[in-house]
Amino acid sequence: MQLIFDHINYVYSRGTAYERHALKDISFSIKKGEFIGLIGHTGSGKSTLVQHMNGLVKATSGSIYFNGDDIYASDYKLRDLRSKIGLVFQYPEHQLFETTVFKDVIFGPNNLGLDRLEAELRAYEALKMVGIGDDLLDASPFELSGGQKRRVAIAGVLAMRPEVLILDEPTAGLDPKGRDGILEQIKKLHEESGITIILVTHSMEDIANYADRIFVMNRGELVMNQPTKEVFSRYKELEQMQLAAPQVTYVMNAIKERGINVPTDVTTVAEAKAEILKLFHRMG
Amino acid sequence: MIRDITIGQYYPTDSILHRLDPRVKLVGTILFIVSLFLFHSFYGYIAVTIFLASVIKLSKVPFRFIVKGLKAVVIILLFTVFFNLFLTPGEPIFQFGIIKITDEGLRSAGFMAIRLTYLILGSSLMTFTTTPNQLTDGLERLMRPLRHIKVPVHEIAMMMSIALRFIPILLEETDKIMKAQMARGADFESGGILKRAKSMIPLLVPLFVSAFRRANDLAMAMEARCYRGGEGRTKMKPLKYSGRDYISYLVLLIYLGAVITSRMLENLL
Repeated sequence: MQLIFDHINYVYSRGTAYERHALKDISFSIKKGEFIGLIGHTGSGKSTLVQHMNGLVKATSGSIYFNGDDIYASDYKLRDLRSKIGLVFQYPEHQLFETTVFKDVIFGPNNLGLDRLEAELRAYEALKMVGIGDDLLDASPFELSGGQKRRVAIAGVLAMRPEVLILDEPTAGLDPKGRDGILEQIKKLHEESGITIILVTHSMEDIANYADRIFVMNRGELVMNQPTKEVFSRYKELEQMQLAAPQVTYVMNAIKERGINVPTDVTTVAEAKAEILKLFHRMG
Repeated sequence: MIRDITIGQYYPTDSILHRLDPRVKLVGTILFIVSLFLFHSFYGYIAVTIFLASVIKLSKVPFRFIVKGLKAVVIILLFTVFFNLFLTPGEPIFQFGIIKITDEGLRSAGFMAIRLTYLILGSSLMTFTTTPNQLTDGLERLMRPLRHIKVPVHEIAMMMSIALRFIPILLEETDKIMKAQMARGADFESGGILKRAKSMIPLLVPLFVSAFRRANDLAMAMEARCYRGGEGRTKMKPLKYSGRDYISYLVLLIYLGAVITSRMLENLL
């Protein structure tokens, strides 16, 4: 197990009128190389949960283990943890600050104390990974388009070569093309380098397309922790938490209700296409 | 970390103080501050302490929460005490080399510390019990007579409420950007002054950019709703005095009278 949460609780502004129990008794473990989807409606504690993963927020009670080490141990270096667990925040382009794209991306590797050549190599490699061309290296990050800015910001985290990459709604506010581009690159990264991915999103389609396992958060509790198909087969429960299954799951359920025998655990358009074609072949 | 600053925050609960007209609280706070500097004697302190304690009790704001606000100004407080203690001329009661503590110094340091503490407690009590909107509404109404001498009262009040509204937004933004840069290995805590100042760049640049972006968005949204200044503008919740407000004014007058009397008694004795 690469990352283990053991009975984590987190309470905001304890002892004041603003007190809020943001995370309630959360336990789970994640294996190396998994692709986890994290869903939950606004305010369910998703962002707070991911901020615990790299030690930005310290739990009120409970323990977290990364590669077997307790991250709250007094001699544990949180900065090392942060270089191994990369966290891309919501709207990461709002953190760009340097004069050129390249300088901004190299900020992370430089903080790791790498020598210049190694840092430059990592920054360059990260920019290639997100599909930023050589012509933009010396451009000001503030001149880029929204999608390009987002890619640069993600590269800034990738350049640290994390073992776990957490993305908090990486596609919010992007057009469909920009969205698919970013998600495809994340998938490629996951397949090629085998890093663990944790994707927070509101799009059930994205989750269905990419994640192996889904965590569902509701009011600070981890209510489901199951493989993708099992979670979406419980879509009636998801709806009560203001969530849903992918559109195509509803389509398959509707077909089934008309008396045509199709499996209802389909979550992606590609699967649905295959099942419907199979049906036509059967019917001749 | 930034959430811990309680000074100037609103504390939502239901108390008599929360329901008072903001104008009463504004006038009351000013009177309280004036009263702090009126007296010099022990009796004066008793009067002020009783007044402050009963107002805190009435406000239903936990005392611990109020005291937390003092943390932010503890340095200023220490400075004042330090200078008063060591630099007041007079009869020395303790001398060690060039360091000497005088009787007068001890007195004025103590007075100053108490006054500053009370001043902060009193004025933060106003912000604890009044929402920023009420506060600026009250201020606008109180300053209304100044319109006759061409003071842009409405504009000032509007700027104030926007500024106040932006404080929590920018604090939250700072927290977010700080965390994001820490996730990229930034270190805001260690190193000398120069290194620390330099480490602030990744925080300040995005913060500035976002402040301008938000200001631009807000201006656009106001224009889209045809905002054009205070001329002929009416309020959704106009301020109106009720019985408890008049009673509060009466209490304030009595308090002021008591403090002035104790001051005059001091002079007589």
